[in-house]
Amino acid sequence: MLILRCPYCGNDVDETDLAPGGEAHIRRHGPGSTDAELTDYLFQRENPRGVHFERWRHAAGCGKWFHAARATDTLQVFGTYSAQTTEPPQEIRDAITKARPGWSWREFS
Amino acid sequence: MSDAVSALGGVSFDGIARIEECGLQGMITLRGDLSDQALAAAVTRATGQKKLPEANRARVAGESGVCWMSPDELLLLVPYEEVGGRLEALVAALKDSHALAVNVSDARAVFRVTGDAAREVLAKLAPVDLSRDAFQPGRFRRTRLAQVPAAFWMEEDESFRIVCFRSVADYVFKLLKVAAQPGSKVGVL
Ligand SMILES: [Zn+2]
Repeated sequence: MLILRCPYCGNDVDETDLAPGGEAHIRRHGPGSTDAELTDYLFQRENPRGVHFERWRHAAGCGKWFHAARATDTLQVFGTYSAQTTEPPQEIRDAITKARPGWSWREFS
Repeated sequence: MSDAVSALGGVSFDGIARIEECGLQGMITLRGDLSDQALAAAVTRATGQKKLPEANRARVAGESGVCWMSPDELLLLVPYEEVGGRLEALVAALKDSHALAVNVSDARAVFRVTGDAAREVLAKLAPVDLSRDAFQPGRFRRTRLAQVPAAFWMEEDESFRIVCFRSVADYVFKLLKVAAQPGSKVGVL
C-alpha cells in the first residue's frame, strides 16, 4: 500500500484516497504531428522495474493533481511535487540519485 | 413552500460512541483565491468567524463556521434558514473577485459522533491518522468513509462532525452504527 504526501494540502494520503493518473511528463502530439509521434503519444509507455514517474489525483481529498517519483520494485517514494511542471524538479532528481545512483528514465537522469 | 427535512430525520444510535444525524445545516461551497482580502472579508462576515482557517482546519461555532476544503475552496456553514440571504450577500461582496459560491445545503447530510471511542469509530472507516498526536480539535480532513467521500472535523470536546453527500446518508449511518457496535472497542486510540 502506498502513502503519498499530497503537495497541495500536505496530508499523507493513503493510496485508497487517490486516483491513479498514469505516466507523468508525457508530451502531447496532436494535429501536424507524424503518425509515429501520435502513436507513441497515445500508446507507448514506460514500464520500468525501478524508478518511475507518475501522476496521481487526491480524489477523495483536496481534489488536486500532482506528480510522484517512486520505485516500482520496492515501493520507495522519492518524493511528490507540483503538477505545474513538465519535468521533475532538481530536489526530486537529487533524492533519486541518492538512493539509486546512475538512474535514468526517458530523457531524465 | 415545501417542508424541508434532513436526510434521515435525526436518527441516532448508542454504542461505544453516540451517532446522531444532525438537523438541517446551511452550507455554501466557495471557490476562489483564498488570499484575496475581499474574499476573506466576505467569508468572515457571512460566518461570524474572525479569520479564515489555516489549511486542513475548521473554525466552527455551533451552526456557523468555515472549513478549509482545498487550496482554492472553502465550505461555509450557516444556519439553514439564513443560507439564502447569506449567499446573496456573499455573491454581491464577491462580484469583482474571481470566485463562485453555491448553496449545497440540500445536497448534504451531517452526522455527529460523540463519546470516548469517537476516534476509534472514525479510524475504523477512514484511512486517516486519528491518534491524539496527529488529530486535534480544529483539525479538518476530507477523505472517505469506507466507500464514499466524506469530510470531518474535531470539535473542542473531541467529538466529530461529519459531512457527506445526502444520497449516501443511509449508507454512512449504517457504517457508523457498525463501527460503533457495543463491545467493538479496540482500545488503541
Ligand atoms: Zn491534497
